[in-house]
Amino acid sequence: MQAVLRRVSASLVDGLDATLIVATLLLGAVGLATLYSASHDAPARMTGQLMNFAVAFVAMWVAARISPELLMRVAFPAYAVGVALLVAVALYGDTVNGARRWLHVGVTRFQPSEMMKLALPLMLAWYFARNEETLRLRDFAVGALLVAIPVLLIARQPDLGTAALVAAAGVYILYFAGLGWRVMATLAVVGGVSLIPLWGLLHDYQRRRVLTLLDPSQDPLGAGYHTIQSTIAVGSGGVFGKGWLQGTQAHLEFIPERHTDFIFAVYSEEFGLLGNCLLLALYTLLIGRGLMITAQATSFFARLVAGAVTLMFFTYAFVNMGMVAGILPVVGVPLPFISYGGTALVTLFIGIGILMSLRRQRRLVPT
Amino acid sequence: MYPHAGQLKDHERELRAFQLRVGIAAIAVLAAFAVLFARFFYLQVVQHELYAARAEDNRISIVPLAPNRGLILDRNGVVLARNYSAYTLEIAPARVRDLERTIGELAEIVDIQPRDRARLRRLLAETRSADSLPIRTRLSDEEVARFAANRYRFPGVEIKARLFRQYPFGETASHVIGYIGRISTRDQEELEKQGVEANYRGTDFIGKAGLEASYQEELHGTTGFEQVEIDAAGRGIRTLSRTPAQPGNNVTLSIDIRLQQVAERIFAGRRGAVVAIEPGTGSVLAFVSSPGFDPNLFVEGIDATNWAELNNSPDRPLNNRAIAGVYPPGSTFKPYMALAALELGKRTPRSTISDPGYFEFGGRRFRDSKPGGHGTVDLYKSIVASSDTFYYMLANDMGIDAIAAFMKHFGFGSVTGIDLKGEAEGVLPSPEWKRKRFRTPEQQKWYAGETISIGIGQGYNAYTPAQLALAMATLANNGVMMRPRLVERIENVRTGTQRVVEPQLVRKIPLKGENIEFVKRAMAGVNKEGTGRRAFLDAPYTSGGKTGTAQVVGMKQNEKYVESKVAERHRDHSLFIVFAPVENPRIALAALVENGGFGARAAAPLARAVLDYYLLGKLPEAMAKEAEEADSEEESD
Repeated sequence: MQAVLRRVSASLVDGLDATLIVATLLLGAVGLATLYSASHDAPARMTGQLMNFAVAFVAMWVAARISPELLMRVAFPAYAVGVALLVAVALYGDTVNGARRWLHVGVTRFQPSEMMKLALPLMLAWYFARNEETLRLRDFAVGALLVAIPVLLIARQPDLGTAALVAAAGVYILYFAGLGWRVMATLAVVGGVSLIPLWGLLHDYQRRRVLTLLDPSQDPLGAGYHTIQSTIAVGSGGVFGKGWLQGTQAHLEFIPERHTDFIFAVYSEEFGLLGNCLLLALYTLLIGRGLMITAQATSFFARLVAGAVTLMFFTYAFVNMGMVAGILPVVGVPLPFISYGGTALVTLFIGIGILMSLRRQRRLVPT
Repeated sequence: MYPHAGQLKDHERELRAFQLRVGIAAIAVLAAFAVLFARFFYLQVVQHELYAARAEDNRISIVPLAPNRGLILDRNGVVLARNYSAYTLEIAPARVRDLERTIGELAEIVDIQPRDRARLRRLLAETRSADSLPIRTRLSDEEVARFAANRYRFPGVEIKARLFRQYPFGETASHVIGYIGRISTRDQEELEKQGVEANYRGTDFIGKAGLEASYQEELHGTTGFEQVEIDAAGRGIRTLSRTPAQPGNNVTLSIDIRLQQVAERIFAGRRGAVVAIEPGTGSVLAFVSSPGFDPNLFVEGIDATNWAELNNSPDRPLNNRAIAGVYPPGSTFKPYMALAALELGKRTPRSTISDPGYFEFGGRRFRDSKPGGHGTVDLYKSIVASSDTFYYMLANDMGIDAIAAFMKHFGFGSVTGIDLKGEAEGVLPSPEWKRKRFRTPEQQKWYAGETISIGIGQGYNAYTPAQLALAMATLANNGVMMRPRLVERIENVRTGTQRVVEPQLVRKIPLKGENIEFVKRAMAGVNKEGTGRRAFLDAPYTSGGKTGTAQVVGMKQNEKYVESKVAERHRDHSLFIVFAPVENPRIALAALVENGGFGARAAAPLARAVLDYYLLGKLPEAMAKEAEEADSEEESD
């Protein structure tokens, strides 16, 4: 009897990675506690986010069960559908706040750019894995093109934040696939120089965001408002923080979007530098585990996907915290596992699930 | 199958290279987190005092201070659009749980009509995510007191003192002044596109039509802001710093509102337009599109009944006929045709034709409006008596390309550049225009027969009254075209400095002085001994005019136009263009009365009344009588 129970539970948790589970659950707990503090005006958000977690967890469990072979097979269709949906958004999408990002699917709306965050690295990894034996610079050029198509479509919406994240995921694959150091250095220089004409292509509000980053006090009513208020929140938190539910910046509604992109300001104000260190430690645990899985992965495909997904978690966390702390421009990037919102959460947990699936492959392959 | 040794080695090397890259990535991650930690340390330890002070001691809220909108004044300083302060009852929908119930309870305290509710619903749907929307405007003192006593019952409902826009002259000059309305989501998007949305925080209204829209930037001003210390409940305790708002600029028009009233009064509800321009400067002296509307209705969001009435009226009062209505110019086109003939050497002042009452071309008879014709006609007589046959022939001799090329100089078929939005281009017909306008090759072809009616201002010819007035002003100004403008001065209220909108030269048409003189003399002849004679009988000033009658419905070849038999809306449009005095023109105008019949009958007397007032200060009879009565009443009081 006991043996049966053990077998059932074993098959349920089979393939799950304890370290990843612990890290995400702790992050999730921190997130819910912060969300509770941030949503005193709308308690319904708490139940909503709990639902989101449940759905996302199931998604992770399913993704962890998908074999890497199946992942390879869905890579191209997922990418193709993603690009098609992005084109559909450009043609028929809903405009919210001046940006065309949403697509109506039956009763709900859906952001195809979100799906691209995973579909693009899968596609690239599949492409490089297929040509593993004969990788040449030309393949990297094709890879860059595969990155550029969705990134430009997303940037046009305009959604610079997501475009940059999707581009980053692509760059990580190119990096792990072994793009030469010299080529990367050249590209970095060329990229830096090409920023100058790119400036001219930016929307006015995007330019102002960059300028306000340099001096938020320039525009205290406009673009600088977010940064000024979130910096005050972080700084006033001090070493120990003001205590849970005690953050004045958050509770007096100074912090805009305090459930979503700026939730870290609420956290940081209430838990201080110590809290921030805990958060950094949790992310380091998560990312470290991801990089371990990457380093131990047996197939080329698994290494690329694991590496890119892991660095994606890092990018989210870094960009979001950097933005709230006033050292990066304000872009719409959620804090992974903490920010309110179902779509991003599902994407993140699927990413975790994929990592688990890739780790399992290592064990299944006889050495 | 075994991989051979070299490849195996390669794989191992590749794996090592890969693991190196993973290691580098790990270091990069740690480095980035170290940067974050350094930043946190800087903010939370090094600068903690500063930020703690800013967050705790000074819980600062930044409150935008909306600027006062600039006034609109006529050339003599008469106020045409002003602001007044009134109490409004406002609801913040986001902070109210059950909107309908709250409104129901409010209705027990202050008077709330169904149309107030309907307006709020419309505002909810249309406006940007504003924090508060008015449920009632212009509260009485009693209502303010009653609500204040019950305020605790209504979280999210507040009384606010707001500035409202008012247009003291109502319908007069409504198409010039326009109106303001609440900032809609579309306006908001437009503001964001221009990158000025920060300057509109705290602003609820924006110019929607007329000068209120085209001078929105000048009138709006700069939003100020106030840093307010607030308590834990979010209530303001004291103001820490204050950057006052800078009021919008006052805008002074070149229009004389009394002249405008005279012109509108003579229209007496008929449909049409008058545009009067000072030829030397381009200043617009009067600008009428009749019927008008009361712009005050729009300020607080127009209610459904008034909207339906304005929008569904067959008279289309919201349509700005002066710049957006296009009409065939009829015979008012002839002076320009005559000038073209002289300039291009197609006619001389002495050449004559014999007018049998029609012009035959390609087996078709183009009829003169005078049966039997005008006999022997020279260029002078062709204008004074308005001979059609003369211009049928002339158009045929000149050809469509030459006509189009010449008329373009006078601004026919292109926007005048007046400082209002929504100008129509009209149609200056040419083979090229036809190619662009139509699809099938059959339609695109230009037929020589079509050129002939162009000569008398019919056919595809279609211009706005503003274009007709500008062409007249340009001719009066000897071919020097000045851009028409309604605004003459812009005043900075704070500093009192005035910025004069300088007259702007559009182009100098190279014309021979003697040719201009000839056409002007012929137009003076129209008002002395021709079709304008009756309207300008005993005028103590000299003037040059030209009547015009534009067909609304095409007549069959042998059909005769009998006014009494034609439905009112199918009657001809009546037109008149005029400038005065002939020697030194101070005013040029175009008048159009829709379905007014012959130009000499409806439009010419209207133009005369405007000139009489502008040049002599003489009121039309009906108005003079009213003024007299008003005076005598005052005396008897």
